[in-house]
Amino acid sequence: MSAVTAEHDHDDHHHDDHSHGPEKGWLRWVVTTNHKDIGTLYLLFALAMFFVGGTMAMIIRAELFEPGMQFVDPQFFNSMTTMHALVMVFGAVMPAFVGLANWMVPMMIGAPDMALPRMNNMSFWLLVAGVLLLASTLFMEGGAPAGGWTLYPPLVLQTGKALPFAIFSVHLLGVSSIMGAINIVATILNMRAPSMSLMKMPMFVWTWLITGFLLIAIMPVFAGAVTMLLTDKFFHTSFFDAAGGGDPVLYQHIFWFFGHPEVYVMILPTFGVASTIIPVFARKPLFGYSSMVYATAAIAFLSFIVWAHHMFTVGMPISGELYFMYATMLIAIPTGVKVFNWTATMWKGAMTFETPMLFSIAFVVLFTLGGFTGLMMSIAPADFQYHDSYFIVAHFHYTLVPASIFMLMAAGYYWMPKWTGHMYNEKIGQLHFWLSTISVNILFFPQHFLGLAGMPRRIPDYAIQFSDWNMISSIGGFIFGASQLLFLYIVVDTIKGGTGEKVTDEVWEDAHKHGLEWTLPSPVPYHTFSTPPTVIPCDHD
Amino acid sequence: MNEDVAVKNKRLVRNLAIVAIAMFGFGYALVPLYDVLCEWKWIERDRPDAIKAIPETAYEIDKEREVNVEFMTTLNESTPMIFGAEMTQLKVHPGEYHTVNFYAENKTAAPMVARAIPSFSPALTSTYFEKVECFCFSEQTFAPHERKVMPMRFVLNPALPHEYKTITLSYTFFDNTQTAIKK
Repeated sequence: MSAVTAEHDHDDHHHDDHSHGPEKGWLRWVVTTNHKDIGTLYLLFALAMFFVGGTMAMIIRAELFEPGMQFVDPQFFNSMTTMHALVMVFGAVMPAFVGLANWMVPMMIGAPDMALPRMNNMSFWLLVAGVLLLASTLFMEGGAPAGGWTLYPPLVLQTGKALPFAIFSVHLLGVSSIMGAINIVATILNMRAPSMSLMKMPMFVWTWLITGFLLIAIMPVFAGAVTMLLTDKFFHTSFFDAAGGGDPVLYQHIFWFFGHPEVYVMILPTFGVASTIIPVFARKPLFGYSSMVYATAAIAFLSFIVWAHHMFTVGMPISGELYFMYATMLIAIPTGVKVFNWTATMWKGAMTFETPMLFSIAFVVLFTLGGFTGLMMSIAPADFQYHDSYFIVAHFHYTLVPASIFMLMAAGYYWMPKWTGHMYNEKIGQLHFWLSTISVNILFFPQHFLGLAGMPRRIPDYAIQFSDWNMISSIGGFIFGASQLLFLYIVVDTIKGGTGEKVTDEVWEDAHKHGLEWTLPSPVPYHTFSTPPTVIPCDHD
Repeated sequence: MNEDVAVKNKRLVRNLAIVAIAMFGFGYALVPLYDVLCEWKWIERDRPDAIKAIPETAYEIDKEREVNVEFMTTLNESTPMIFGAEMTQLKVHPGEYHTVNFYAENKTAAPMVARAIPSFSPALTSTYFEKVECFCFSEQTFAPHERKVMPMRFVLNPALPHEYKTITLSYTFFDNTQTAIKK
């Protein structure tokens, strides 16, 4: 990753200071403004947080292995469910996709770097500060927030000393995401190579452009909501305080106005990665490129007008329930278009099944399953049974773990040879895939049954009729957790040299036809596309 | 990066930052918007004026119908009070006036200011639940260890739609002593 080639561009006199290799010593990683360095920082930080959040999940599954209280007290258990969610969403999945965007977007559109390299550095370090502030609440009097990641009042206002720290951490994470999003949008809109028109952009770039706009629109709303919590608690405002004329349900509306687009912030770049990888291993262009673009935009638009489907049981007039029900069902159409296009891309393709492709195929199948349970929950009268049960837990974990997490893994396997210049160990990669895919189903599939049988979410103890499926789910959880250590091993091993096999510039057969990044040397030089490329590979008609 | 792109970046970043700031404001704008949507009944909420007195009007009593009114009493967090109602439920005919006594006691040796907030389920019935007299209309001041009996007089407007067979009226007492002192 630190390899430097002689690609100095002395003609570009504005950027003499940028045209050298990386700085010497550890300070390089603190002050760097290079998109590849910052991408690496984001990805490694996200990987670390994936294991932190994963450890919390292991504590949750250990406690739920048997009925009764085993290891932790209920307050700490609830802190674990809350912190697991916050760490995974804001510390792992989102930063990992920002990391991928940093690494890949400039290389995919033929730009020398991100539009605002210094702001890029700042948004990464604000993220670290935000996550550390959040983690510090675990050690405070009264414990970390324990009211669920949605931070609903009045429950969240009963948090001890940690409340203002948790809120400021949300502010920092919000500022970091907004800055990251502005940077990515500016890069995509202003820095493309001259011949790279919008409708020639790779799907990953398109999905990030739309995700960037989503983030800019929603993160400030969330920041506003938590600021209202803060003033309610400490400055005697009454936004959500019934004693002063406020309404706690208002918080839920504001939160989910942010919260529903937020879940698409985590899934749209996932779609982008899938649309990048599948054509390469099917050796066909992506089927239905323009419909993919419009489907992504449609999903993003719909995400703003469906929020109250998270609140069917809270109380709405029947017309409201019906509106949010039908609007939510509409999302299945553009999402179905995407699933159809991925399948059609594979249809009659000369497919090979390297690790990135295996993860992508598992993603298409298992994400669709998670999507179908989502469709079930969109039916307002049926949702009264599923609401706040383990069925919901199963649903959103299917759309996040074998979808977002799997595609992040796939992206890692797919681009690691380009980043490092070394080939990862395919055997261990495939072992990682099979263990993950089998165990993720052992882990989450039984939770559908638990939810339908009436087990509520966020409880440390349960009635004994739920014992068997919980034990099976926990066993799946432990296997899944342990399997991820294989990924950690592969990442370290690949950085240190991998199989020793010399990787070609295109790494994957004919990959140069699918993306600009494969026209660059492996490992990729510290500075690329100082002069914009003239020939743009086009992955679609 | 040439000068042209730098200028374009600057303008775009400024515009996007304005969008972000505007969306922060939009979050706050949702607060009054919520009240409007509740008013239009797009969102189901207890009518905000459900805690205002309505002058006693004579309705024709609908003997055909009986609606079950349930009473719930709750204390917020650790409000140091005893709070209850003399009955948990009451069968009423729409148009017929009833008085139900609630009682509350200050368990502390200090004066206390507390406020009871009503909540209806189903929320839309709050429109038809007319209170002539209620302890929830204003803040209540309790002397140390004072026990109060507080009547609540109400009528169900006969216009109440027929699908509502049971109405739950829940009161929560909030200890507002600290806020009252600050004022």
